[in-house]
Amino acid sequence: MSSDAPRTRRLRSPYAALTAQGEPWLWLTGGALGWAVAMITGLLGLIVFQGARTFWPVPLDEIRLDDGTVLLGEVSARERVVTDADGGPRPTSRRLLRTENFEITGSHYRWCDDSAISAESRPLHAAAVERLEGGRFHGVPLRLRHGDEVVAEGAAAAWERFRAEHPAIVGRGAEIRRIDRVERGRLQRQLRSARLATTRARLAAGADSPAAVAAAAAEQDLAARVAVAERELDRRTDDLRRPSAGWVLDCSTSDGREVALPLDRIVRAWQPNRLSWWGKLGVYAGRWGEFLGEEPREANSAGGVFPAIWGTVALTLIMALVVAPLGVLAALYLREYADRGPLTAAVRIAINNLAGVPSIVYGAFGLGFFCYVLGGSIDEVLFQPALVADGQPTFGTGGLLWASLTLALLTLPVVIVATEEALAAVPNSMREGSYACGAGKWQTIRRIVLPRALPGILTGLILAMARGAGEVAPLILVGVKKVALDLPIDGTFPFVHPEREFMHLAYLIYDVGFQSPNAQAARPLVFTITLLLVAIIAALNLTAIWLRSRLKRRYVAQQF
Amino acid sequence: MPTPSDSLPVAASLAPPALAARPADDRLAAVAAGRDVPSEVHRQVLDQAPVLEIDRFNLWYGAKQALHAITMPIPHARVTALVGPSGCGKSTLLRSVNRLNDLVQNVRTTGDMRLRGESIYDPRMDVIELRKRMGMVFQKPNPFPMSIYENVVYALRIDGENRRSVLDEVCETSLRGAALWDEVKDRLGESALGLSGGQQQRLCIARAIAAEPEVLLLDEPCSALDPIATGKVEDLIQELRGTYSVLIVTHNMQQASRTSDYTAFMYLGRLIEYGPTTDIFTKPILRETEAYVTGRFG
Repeated sequence: MSSDAPRTRRLRSPYAALTAQGEPWLWLTGGALGWAVAMITGLLGLIVFQGARTFWPVPLDEIRLDDGTVLLGEVSARERVVTDADGGPRPTSRRLLRTENFEITGSHYRWCDDSAISAESRPLHAAAVERLEGGRFHGVPLRLRHGDEVVAEGAAAAWERFRAEHPAIVGRGAEIRRIDRVERGRLQRQLRSARLATTRARLAAGADSPAAVAAAAAEQDLAARVAVAERELDRRTDDLRRPSAGWVLDCSTSDGREVALPLDRIVRAWQPNRLSWWGKLGVYAGRWGEFLGEEPREANSAGGVFPAIWGTVALTLIMALVVAPLGVLAALYLREYADRGPLTAAVRIAINNLAGVPSIVYGAFGLGFFCYVLGGSIDEVLFQPALVADGQPTFGTGGLLWASLTLALLTLPVVIVATEEALAAVPNSMREGSYACGAGKWQTIRRIVLPRALPGILTGLILAMARGAGEVAPLILVGVKKVALDLPIDGTFPFVHPEREFMHLAYLIYDVGFQSPNAQAARPLVFTITLLLVAIIAALNLTAIWLRSRLKRRYVAQQF
Repeated sequence: MPTPSDSLPVAASLAPPALAARPADDRLAAVAAGRDVPSEVHRQVLDQAPVLEIDRFNLWYGAKQALHAITMPIPHARVTALVGPSGCGKSTLLRSVNRLNDLVQNVRTTGDMRLRGESIYDPRMDVIELRKRMGMVFQKPNPFPMSIYENVVYALRIDGENRRSVLDEVCETSLRGAALWDEVKDRLGESALGLSGGQQQRLCIARAIAAEPEVLLLDEPCSALDPIATGKVEDLIQELRGTYSVLIVTHNMQQASRTSDYTAFMYLGRLIEYGPTTDIFTKPILRETEAYVTGRFG
């Protein structure tokens, strides 16, 4: 600017000018954020894409290999590999075919080298059939018969007739399952409570006492009546089974075999190569509906995950209900009541360190303290007859309540630390203003400090819920089960059963993805369960965030 | 009511003429050196009926003494201003009146204050009840995170008053008293945090007078406000005179001279001179006081 400035004086080195401008820092900080966003969206994108496409009907390709083998299946992956064949290494491509028909082929998937394929086609009538047992079936329908009588011959006619008959059979099957689970379950529970009553009477008054004898007689009486009722139920289920029995769909597999598929064993079937886009959407929606609303089948590898959704949501909500008041009260004491001193500082450091304890340690503590000590004591006092009669603990084993308490303990440090920060952020001038008006300590906390700190407290709760909902390790010890179809809330007295074991989506990911005999076949389902878990946590968090923003508008408007 | 002469052991000496002739910073230098100096309290102050008597009050923050044997009566239904350079203990003295300093750790006091003859520092004194008899306005507006209405009636709410008619009436009276009613009467249910800084401070004044306190403590109430808002608050203090006994801390000499009936000059935790505002600003006993109020020092 000024030409007469002394030239010998250098105000800044070029390097200093660069850092002073802040340009490098802009790139560094922006780059860090970019990386974080890219990784997170990449992960979420993968989960959403893979999870959402699991149930979409994929065309069935028939592939004839050079050695004469014929395969029918969905192409689920393609990749390029380098093979070392004659003439040195050269790149080729191959595809992964989901062939299914596990009972015949012994595998769910097969890799095919593109160079070994001699012909491929899309048979119009190829059908994918989901069965109650034995996994999926791929084949072409031949005929529909009822017993030995052929009702419809030929792929098109057989499929037409199958579509007409199948829904009624599915409906009767559902009714049979309902009778088995609900009505037979009710009878079994009646028997059990009678047996417990007998045991209770024996424990209270001795085995030969009149009360015990009467109870035993009542139990005998009930057993006889239950047997009658059971026979009635048998008759009803037989009546439901009879019209469904005998209906068989004969199909040919790609290797020329003929397989008979009983209709009452078929959950759903579709012909992907013939389906219109709307038809595919229908199948897609139907499979999602089953996934969200039904119970699992075949060791969780098929069917729905409803009990796991229920368990996850219930566990997270109970955990939040426990940890929120406990954490907030503890933080209130630490911040508002306790004197500043070495003891408070030590407690605060200890709480911060608790956040770093591995979660399996909490699981072990939950098992040892909640299940064995607390639950064991409750059993001793309240559920003695059950312990004696069934030899099984009621509260003295893992269950929803103990798992929730364990997770509450696990997330307590998060809530305490966040609440403390939120309380510290409340201006002291507000507290003084309240005291100057003649308010007591608790009045000030309740009317001024807590409302003002509430958004921050909710932030802590959101973090805690996100952490708790995704935990698996401690749950394995305190009550999560591979299959637990009895929900902790149902129609039987006392309607709420917090002692029951439960299913959990995060555990289901582990179970289906890593404990199932065929991990590859389960992989699409794992993605879908993951998508569901992420969606549930996101939904819970969004609710809390919405609540927080409402509170923020109300209590923490900008000053000046 | 006890008269000042029989209840207040006046440590102050009335000024011998010789003192006024001494160099201006003599006493201040003595104070700075840690020596105790007598306070000059004008006779006119002692003739007034006091609502509050501060009696040889000492206060320590840990090992550091912040107030040295302050003895001064605060006249009833008048405005008394505390002036002095930063750190002289004005705010500390003010916060000692409603025992807000109890909240600070390591605070120790000796001596006493009496509100209408009742000892404030008596261990049997209910601090909550004491604070309900006083209202306080702080340096920065500190409206509570609630509606305008709830802010004003806060003191009544915590007292358990829930009758709508009573609350409505107090709300209107207090807001009118604080010259804020016309500006907010249509939005009493809105958040108080949405008001401007000047409105917030007048809201805090409305809140402080809602419970009809015996003493109103104002701690630099205009220091965060623009001149127009300051003018409104000063007019308000003028209107409160005669109804409330007001004790106001201020850094602004014009404000002290405009709004107060009596002015006390403090320096390094000591009361130097205390008298009617007109005397303090026009013919103070001490040259030191004159130097300060005319801006030649401090």
